[in-house]
Amino acid sequence: MEMLFSKSRSLTHFLQYYTKKYAVQQRCFESIKAGELQLDNYNEDDQQTLNFPGGRIPITTRMKFISESFEKRLPCYRVLDDDGDLIPGSIFEQVKKGLAVNMYSTMVALQIMDTIFYEAQRQGRLSFYLTSTGEEAINIASAAALTSDDIVLPQYREPGVLLWRGFTLEEFADQLFGNKNDYGKGRQMPIHYGSNKLNYFTVSSPLATQLPQAAGVAYSLKMDKKEACVVVYFGDGSTSEGDFHAGLNFAAVMESPVIFLCRNNGWAISTPVTEQFRSDGIAIKGQAYGIRSIRVDGNDALAVYSAIRAARQMAIKEQRPILVEAMTYRVSHHSTSDDSTKYRCVKEIEQWRTEKNPITRFRKWIQRNDWWGDQNETELRGNIRKQVVEAIQTAEKVEKPPLRDLFGDVYDKIPSNLQEQERFIRDSTKRYPKEYPFNVPV
Amino acid sequence: MGSNFRRIGKLAAISSKNQSCMGFSSTVNKNDTSTKSVNLFSAINQALHIALDSDPRSYVFGEDVGFGGVFRCTTGLADRFGKQRVFNTPLCEQGIVGFAIGLAAMDNRAVAEIQFADYIFPAFDQIVNEAAKFRYRSGNQFNCGGLTIRAPYGAVGHGGHYHSQSPESFFCHVPGIKVVIPRSPQQAKGLLLSSIRDPNPVVFFEPKLLYRMAVEEVPKDDYMLPLSEAEVLREGTDITLVGWGAQLSIMEQACVEAAKEGISCELIDLKTLIPWDKETVEASVKKTGRLLISHEAPVTGGFGAEISASIVERCFTRLEAPVARVCGLDTPFPLVFEPFYLPTTNKILDAIKSTVSY
Ligand SMILES: Cc1ncc(C[n+]2csc(CCOP(=O)(O)OP(=O)(O)O)c2C)c(N)n1
Ligand SMILES: [Mg+2]
Repeated sequence: MEMLFSKSRSLTHFLQYYTKKYAVQQRCFESIKAGELQLDNYNEDDQQTLNFPGGRIPITTRMKFISESFEKRLPCYRVLDDDGDLIPGSIFEQVKKGLAVNMYSTMVALQIMDTIFYEAQRQGRLSFYLTSTGEEAINIASAAALTSDDIVLPQYREPGVLLWRGFTLEEFADQLFGNKNDYGKGRQMPIHYGSNKLNYFTVSSPLATQLPQAAGVAYSLKMDKKEACVVVYFGDGSTSEGDFHAGLNFAAVMESPVIFLCRNNGWAISTPVTEQFRSDGIAIKGQAYGIRSIRVDGNDALAVYSAIRAARQMAIKEQRPILVEAMTYRVSHHSTSDDSTKYRCVKEIEQWRTEKNPITRFRKWIQRNDWWGDQNETELRGNIRKQVVEAIQTAEKVEKPPLRDLFGDVYDKIPSNLQEQERFIRDSTKRYPKEYPFNVPV
Repeated sequence: MGSNFRRIGKLAAISSKNQSCMGFSSTVNKNDTSTKSVNLFSAINQALHIALDSDPRSYVFGEDVGFGGVFRCTTGLADRFGKQRVFNTPLCEQGIVGFAIGLAAMDNRAVAEIQFADYIFPAFDQIVNEAAKFRYRSGNQFNCGGLTIRAPYGAVGHGGHYHSQSPESFFCHVPGIKVVIPRSPQQAKGLLLSSIRDPNPVVFFEPKLLYRMAVEEVPKDDYMLPLSEAEVLREGTDITLVGWGAQLSIMEQACVEAAKEGISCELIDLKTLIPWDKETVEASVKKTGRLLISHEAPVTGGFGAEISASIVERCFTRLEAPVARVCGLDTPFPLVFEPFYLPTTNKILDAIKSTVSY
């Protein structure tokens, strides 16, 4: 194993180099901020400059439009090849056996949890579900690269981050069934998890709203001088929302320590990325906001882990936002309300489910390291399957939150109009008991 | 168009109530071969087909519209009319509406879909500050009257906060746009065509509960139903009930129950919320002396408040009881507690009885 690692240059090395190189640029930014506009940078080229409010800009006599795209598409950072072999010369963060096995097991747990919960929805036991199938590596590897102090603002396809942080299968099931143990008190649809204890903001359906919020949360960490950052997740589709622009620009201007992690899975419900944007994806947008960015293979757990580790270090040390575009594929239907074979080809889905499966790829790597075997696999799958089924059976039987919870938390205290409405509803439940759900304690 | 209106005037004149599987239907002769029994999303689909077919300067677009939309309302349109007139947009409501305003300002008909009414708020500025004031602020040099924004609204039983809301009252506070809500397939088709062809921007909310559930005989032809005209669905003498959209079928049930106890209810479908048909409601309340309004949106600041205030102004001396409102609660729209939140038949029935015996 050691052999393999020594072949690759260390990540710390890489970061040092990058930071040094960047320091030069930073001085230049600072001088602009301070208003001491210097010509130093341009003297070498003997170029004339013009002084604008944002700083000095060189003059050119060539009428040249910037191209709408780079000559080559932005490459995707990768460590493991399709077969789970380390690509020689790749720069990455070391992952020891314990961590690797833990990452693998949690990816499998996420996969099994998704399969069984999805099935429960098909059986009519849950009203709705949505899986992270195909995106397990982004979920788990990014979570593994963070510390528990880092604050997560999810979109909705990131339950693996919660799983990694210790949210139990019972806790997932409680939310899905909206029973009285659900932290959201049965108010939101299934999959809208949240955990204050685990620094995971509650999922909200309106897309991209979490992006500018993340910049604000991160600014608070900055002001409190915390050794922590914010990680905000979002899909490719969500980057079209105005809030994407607002979030990135705010984070850049306010120098918020936040990692913007885009899961570019190729689809927003039925809309392919080709109808979503004409840029080369998301990562290149960072530069226009003054945000350092990287594109990474989202189905390569080692690459995601390494990129987020590096991003985290830069975000916290340098107090700045970082944009990460993780390339992947939404293998599942958008949700249980969707049939994706209506708009995309089954072959494409199958290919991503099998050949490009992020879990299989990582498994090959840990197996090659002799950290994992078939025996472990069978045991793990059996165990988790049993736990998920039990979690469903238990959560299903737990009663719903009490009627009181309909009126609480609208404000910190229940105002008089809601007190009056609560009395009215209680009265109605006495008169028409059959009209109301029997499992909600009144 | 005039002849269309006349023909439909006849079609839509309701005498007997013919409740199909769900939703409050209009009466159409079932033996008529020029009609077909269709559900609400198909009626919307027909209207969009006709709109695109009858005006080459019309466009239909929104998130996931290309493959037929998440509620299947735009099925087949891209195939038939091409991707330049029927298309997916980037996922951006402010973009969808802003783009639609621009298109409409150039003398086109832009039918923009917002996937759920709950997600219309990123476009609020474009609707409220732009679409609504486009004509007024330019002294009628410019207008975006060809704009129609379609959005599914309302409770479905499992939608929680963000797939259930009824945001109509926010838009009713905005001079310059019209707000239209149909109650049934036949109404949906005729009102949508009127909205698309109306020379003013219209926000058209579709009761998504009824997309599949409500089935009704719908004329195959191109027809329009008048905006800003309420309709008396059921005549009565003791109390007037006013509502719109999916809530009407709940109210209708309450009317039927009340009739069993000897109370005669008059039920009115407002159809267009602004500018609304005060005269029809006023005439009815002057006759019955009592008014009840019901909507799913929270009671406080809901459009029921506006109706109530206007009718009190106009009918004060004729009212025999306070105006009753049976509406959603002043909470966010809840998941598990949805049956408690909703203005159910029994809640309406109780309010009818207490208003009548006031
Ligand atoms: C503001 C807003 N508009 C529309 C929707 C409906 N909607 C839910 S998910 C989705 C697609 C999101 O795609 P993407 O951001 O790529 O995430 P993915 O589902 O691929 O993970 C849409 C359009 C929404 N939830 N919020
Ligand atoms: Mg996506």
